Amino acid sequence: MFRNFFFHFGRYVQMLKLSLGKPEKFYMYWNEMLRMMNDIGIGSLVIVILISVFIGAVTAIQFAYQLGGQLIPKYYIGYVVRDMTIIELAPTITGLVLAGKVGSNIAAEVGAMRQKEHIDAMEIMGVNTAGYIVLPKILAALVVIPMLVAIAAFVGIVGGYLSSVPTGWLTSTDYVKGLHEFFLPRNVSMMYVKATVFAFILTSVSCYQGYYVKGGNIELGEASTRAVVYSNILILLSDYVIAVLLTG
Amino acid sequence: MIRAENIVKEFNGNLVLKGISAEFYPGKTNLIIGRSGAGKTVFLKTLVGLNQPTSGKIWYGNTDLFSLDKKALRKIRMEVGMLFQGSALFDSLTTEQNIRFPLDMFTNMTKKEKIDRVNYCLARVNLENANNKYPSELSGGMQKRVGIARAIVLEPKYLFCDEPNSGLDPKTSILIDELIKSITVENNITTIINTHDMNSVMEIGDNIVFLHNGLVEWNGNKSQVLGSNNELLQEFIFASPFLRRLRDAARKL
Repeated sequence: MFRNFFFHFGRYVQMLKLSLGKPEKFYMYWNEMLRMMNDIGIGSLVIVILISVFIGAVTAIQFAYQLGGQLIPKYYIGYVVRDMTIIELAPTITGLVLAGKVGSNIAAEVGAMRQKEHIDAMEIMGVNTAGYIVLPKILAALVVIPMLVAIAAFVGIVGGYLSSVPTGWLTSTDYVKGLHEFFLPRNVSMMYVKATVFAFILTSVSCYQGYYVKGGNIELGEASTRAVVYSNILILLSDYVIAVLLTG
Repeated sequence: MIRAENIVKEFNGNLVLKGISAEFYPGKTNLIIGRSGAGKTVFLKTLVGLNQPTSGKIWYGNTDLFSLDKKALRKIRMEVGMLFQGSALFDSLTTEQNIRFPLDMFTNMTKKEKIDRVNYCLARVNLENANNKYPSELSGGMQKRVGIARAIVLEPKYLFCDEPNSGLDPKTSILIDELIKSITVENNITTIINTHDMNSVMEIGDNIVFLHNGLVEWNGNKSQVLGSNNELLQEFIFASPFLRRLRDAARKL
């Protein structure tokens, strides 16, 4: 088991090292990166917004429900929704969702390129395939996913407002007051740190699974599943590590 | 010229190539033939550098392929074109973009020069006006021709073809063979074709390397095939009773 782990970890590091080679033509890499930014960013915008609005809404309602008749000011709902969303829900849920949507897509795309000998064809031309295939995907994700997370956080907070204010749980003034109370700018930094780390994990792990796929369609499906499962596990693990490091 | 020197290749204890030595000449269509499982594809992939041999050397002219550093290897690779069995065209790119890919990646040509070169290559494979078609819109034979156009776009010194006739009707197969042959002669390319198409053997087999069980069983050219006494070669080439009758008739003549 450990041997297997070190084999895959070593090969993963090797792939990342190869991907940092000098690009043959910068604009080819740039075009590929733009394509991926569009795929990841625009392609995931709707699902991220949809999930975030509901998560914000549910967080607000459940916190209001738990407050019950206790002597805690109602504006705390806004404060809790804001911090929960910024620190945890927006980066982590977006990361997990994107690991499913983007990660499986990347693993399938790269794996299909391997199976259809596209990667071999590029190798023979002299292209640094790890560089051309992996690097633009990682860079695109590092740019776009933090943006998606920021949008998710904003939409989550709006979701909290929409679920609690019109339904009478609290007033608009209270909610907005809650949003302004106890604000720590470093929480936003933490959100971006998480988003960046999760973006790297989900793209690099998915590229790895696709890049080294062997066999046929069944193996490609398995690689795609592994990409999602391993990305999710690593995202949750790194979420914990970042939380410990940045709040300790 | 490409020379393989005592190539051994092992996969997880399974010896696929057991010490193959062969020479492949420029301006000639060099064929690697053999039954399925004889090691043809492994040998071809080793020749092109996709497989590292367990032992042995591959010489491109006076250069040992596997002793090169990354930069030198990339330089050699730019002199290599390859046609894959499934053509390996990039699905999301048009025919023109597929052929232009190596030019975009490795040259500093202007856009017009690139388009002119692509159009020349397309005309060379008789596919004028297919520039904007996607691979899914092309027939198998057309895809092979686009694959050839992409393989020759950088004017390679070495051309590798992995089963160029597989999945094609006999007429189209002959067209592809003729095309590869004429490109080889025109440009004095060292062309190596992995095939088990008997038409190809008899029509364009300038230098034939017959593999059996991971070893070179026979080496010669198309005119020596008929007269060869090698039983394995005869069994392989003239596998069907019909072909055997034809061979016997030809021998009587």
